[in-house]
Amino acid sequence: MPTPRPRSSSRTGARVGPLAATATTAPTLDVDAILDDLAIRIIVCCGSGGVGKTTTSASIALRAAERGRKVVVLTIDPARRLAQSMGIEVLDNVPRPVPGVSTAPDPTSDRAQAGSGSLDAMMLDMKRTFDEVVESQASPEKARQILNNPFYIALSSSFAGTQEYMAMEKLGQLDKDARKSGRWDLIVVDTPPSRSAQDFLDATERLSSFLDGKFIRLLLAPARGPARIMTAGFGLVTKAVTTIVGGEVLTDLQAFVAAFDTLFGGFRQRAQRTFELLQARGTAFLVIAAPEPDALREAAYFVERLREEKMPLAGLVINRASTDPGGELSAAGAMAGYERLKAKGDETSQLAAGLLRLHADRKLIVEREARLRGRFAKAHPDVPTAVLPALSTDVHDLDGLRLIGGLLSDQPA
Amino acid sequence: MVEQLGSPDFPGVQLHIVTGKGGTGKSTVAASLALALASRGKTVLLCETEGRQGISQMFDVPPLPYEERLIAKGSTGIGDVYALAIDAESALLEYLDMYYRLGRAGRALDRFGVIEFATTIAPGVRDVLLTGKVYEAANRNKRNKNARTYDAIVLDAPPTGRISQFLNVNSELAGLAKVGPIKSQADTVTTLLRSRRTAIHLVTVLEEMPVQETADGVHELRAGGLPVGGVIVNMVRPQDLDQQDRDELLADKVDRLAIAKQLNNIGVPADKDLVARLVDEGVHHAERRRLEDGQRELIEAIDIPTYELQQLAGGVDLAGLYELAEDLVEQGLA
Repeated sequence: MPTPRPRSSSRTGARVGPLAATATTAPTLDVDAILDDLAIRIIVCCGSGGVGKTTTSASIALRAAERGRKVVVLTIDPARRLAQSMGIEVLDNVPRPVPGVSTAPDPTSDRAQAGSGSLDAMMLDMKRTFDEVVESQASPEKARQILNNPFYIALSSSFAGTQEYMAMEKLGQLDKDARKSGRWDLIVVDTPPSRSAQDFLDATERLSSFLDGKFIRLLLAPARGPARIMTAGFGLVTKAVTTIVGGEVLTDLQAFVAAFDTLFGGFRQRAQRTFELLQARGTAFLVIAAPEPDALREAAYFVERLREEKMPLAGLVINRASTDPGGELSAAGAMAGYERLKAKGDETSQLAAGLLRLHADRKLIVEREARLRGRFAKAHPDVPTAVLPALSTDVHDLDGLRLIGGLLSDQPA
Repeated sequence: MVEQLGSPDFPGVQLHIVTGKGGTGKSTVAASLALALASRGKTVLLCETEGRQGISQMFDVPPLPYEERLIAKGSTGIGDVYALAIDAESALLEYLDMYYRLGRAGRALDRFGVIEFATTIAPGVRDVLLTGKVYEAANRNKRNKNARTYDAIVLDAPPTGRISQFLNVNSELAGLAKVGPIKSQADTVTTLLRSRRTAIHLVTVLEEMPVQETADGVHELRAGGLPVGGVIVNMVRPQDLDQQDRDELLADKVDRLAIAKQLNNIGVPADKDLVARLVDEGVHHAERRRLEDGQRELIEAIDIPTYELQQLAGGVDLAGLYELAEDLVEQGLA
């Protein structure tokens, strides 16, 4: 099992980097090479909340399908209209074919398999996934006991981390299904919108350490060992807990733990298997970020973490980058011109002044983003990077996804 | 000159809860709101609950412990912002100490992993502890001796997708603690959260998904009987071009020669290429603005007070926070 780790996004280990470096630009991420590599069976899109993971993973999945892969994409919480256009607005945990995927052979494509691809999509139903695991592991009667226990209901529907854990679980199931049926040869996973990208990796660990926790072991003790394990200390604990939350809670809890006990081993094993799946050679992690300090800081932590866990990092995707308007006029030059036009107070030059101001702002933002990207590249010089320009509209159909997929692969060398 | 509780638009509100979709800048807005309230002479507490030390980064101060720390004060001597990073384990230990004086049993709870257990897994307990601490700060009592009282508290809360659940501590605990002190604690917290002393503000940007989520969030909060405050539209792009200019750009009716002449007159060497670039940028901007106006209409349709904060081209730093705070004061949120 990986070593336990607190679940905050702050760092726990030392920084990992070149220690001394000159200014660098990152190597270019070749997305198509990844999609065309049949040895790659899983692509995981990670990143902090609000950076466009869902859209990016859907775009990658569509592009892979149209290049001949048999793809299933597991999305977590897509925007309503995107979900509708992908035919997955029903939350039923079942992968369904996405309508409108171009599977006709493209004569201009150099890919032999192009045209033989397919795309299925599904939206994760966290509670149902959990319920299904319980049902598959326990006898019908025991399963019913667990499913009705208030602790289980809360654990499966609102425990922070359950969503990450269930995304992992679903990935494991899809992988097993893919290997057995041959229905898919590539699984693309979107990860839950948590604050920290690392939550996804910590999910299995968190559940395991919960199951191994002292308190749980104590609650189980009477059922397992001689009664003398019930120490005086534990008597005090029972008394304190009863005082604070009432005896009924303790009864519910004991019932939950006892019923769940037989499942613990199975859970731990499954979690361990999925974790190993993520370390396998056939997996590729894409870290998604926005050109903002917070998102890039998260991305840096995550990149270092992947390395530590020996998980294969394919590259970084920077979404929503501002495009450089080009030209020689600098931000300062444009701003100075703006001030002069404003000072003249001439009504007719209002448009020219406004355009200068826009240009100045744009240049400033572009410079700032370039600085941020440069800093990331300097600290992580070997992470292939792709930069996606901000689009003026949200993406909610396949054409939009196709556009993004195209932009993603069409990176300046 | 401490005035009565509240802000111009939300008189009587002591607890400002700030939520928003990830990436919309809710932490920035929470910090600016705290500064804005302090600038009106108030003693303000800014709380974060997600353990990521966002406040310490924004204000460039050392990481915050579980302790109220002064992080900003007015140069004229009035107005203070204190900050507190609330974590569930510390809150539980403090709570047990304050209310139960459990002594040996309390230490046993920690030793037997009950504290860890309760804060990681016991359903809803985490959220009750976090909101419970906020409640304690808003209602200082004699159990917490010499504690500071605050005119206003700003809570940088979990994102919109989780806010109703986070604040509905009662229903989270339902079926679990049906009686006993935890239950009555949850009841008092709920009373504050649903009262007129609380306002929940939603941060958004003028894009489709965040706006949709805001509308859904308002609906959900209302359905849950929680008091909705205002919508804060963050990162609004500069409004340098008026409607007429934008219409001309979109209709491709711009007089390029005139622009070139005006630029040359002020010493900006404008060839055809530069003017073409500037006009392109202008058209792009006008298109964006048109889309944003569409989103703005959707926000107006929600029909609650709305505030707009400019995008800071240089990024968010302390000076930027001051600027945003001033914007909030001018618009009446603080």
